[in-house]
Amino acid sequence: MMATLKALAEPSRFQIVELLRDGPRPVGDMVHRLRLRQPQVSKHLRVLSAAGLVDVRVDAQRRIYALRPAPLRELEVWLERYRRLWEANFQRLDALLDELKTGELKTKQKKRTRTKR
Amino acid sequence: MKSTGNLKLTTQGDREIVMTRALDAPRRLVFDAFTKPELVKQWLLGPPGWSMPVCEIDLRVGGVYRYVWRRDSDGSEMGMGGVYREIATPERLVATEKFDQPWYPGEAVGTTVLVEQHGKTTITQTVLYQSPEARDAVLKSGMEKGVAASYDRLAELLASLGTPGMKKGASK
Repeated sequence: MMATLKALAEPSRFQIVELLRDGPRPVGDMVHRLRLRQPQVSKHLRVLSAAGLVDVRVDAQRRIYALRPAPLRELEVWLERYRRLWEANFQRLDALLDELKTGELKTKQKKRTRTKR
Repeated sequence: MKSTGNLKLTTQGDREIVMTRALDAPRRLVFDAFTKPELVKQWLLGPPGWSMPVCEIDLRVGGVYRYVWRRDSDGSEMGMGGVYREIATPERLVATEKFDQPWYPGEAVGTTVLVEQHGKTTITQTVLYQSPEARDAVLKSGMEKGVAASYDRLAELLASLGTPGMKKGASK
């Protein structure tokens, strides 16, 4: 998991993963789209491959990379657990703030009724 | 009650974790919900099955706060606390934070900023760790990691896994 996170923490590698989510692509295509030089892209792809995030197959002269969903799924489960924990706190806070707003409104209305009388 | 916004998690520099969330209430009330123990106890709970038996807040600069959570099933406890460094009611709070059983080296500093617009409040909570290593220890322990993109972008990416195009790609 830390390998996945470390690999994704680099902006160009994140971009590569984003490109690959639409489907497999040859290296040359990624070089063109990322406006990086081929050795840089290859270096990033090696890191992604070592982290298990991409697979490569050779098709004639071309190396074609594809995303491997397993490590990303693992990451999703983990991030979601953490996010959900905090989101649950915030949802309780939403409910509490609603109560507080309603409470204030009632107090104001009472005051108003009292001053009217 | 409809949800007014989703929690965003992101990192900043190499020592910070940032959380942003929109709330449908004026910040005066949000500030109360963060600083009055009887209110904090109602929402700052963590995983299901945990309660917050101790919540003490001495809201002044140099004042101490102390939180203890308890898992009701087996009585195990987790405590943390710290000292208030800055208090600007109702817009800004800065406090140190340290867990009883430290899972990262040193003390962290949490900054809470409340921005109100049209009766709604955006809350930004930033936690600054003493070193990149400390933040990474937190990340290893199960918190948000320094993905150099906002959680939303990552979520979008993750959500796209399992779309037909993606599956086709992965199986080749």
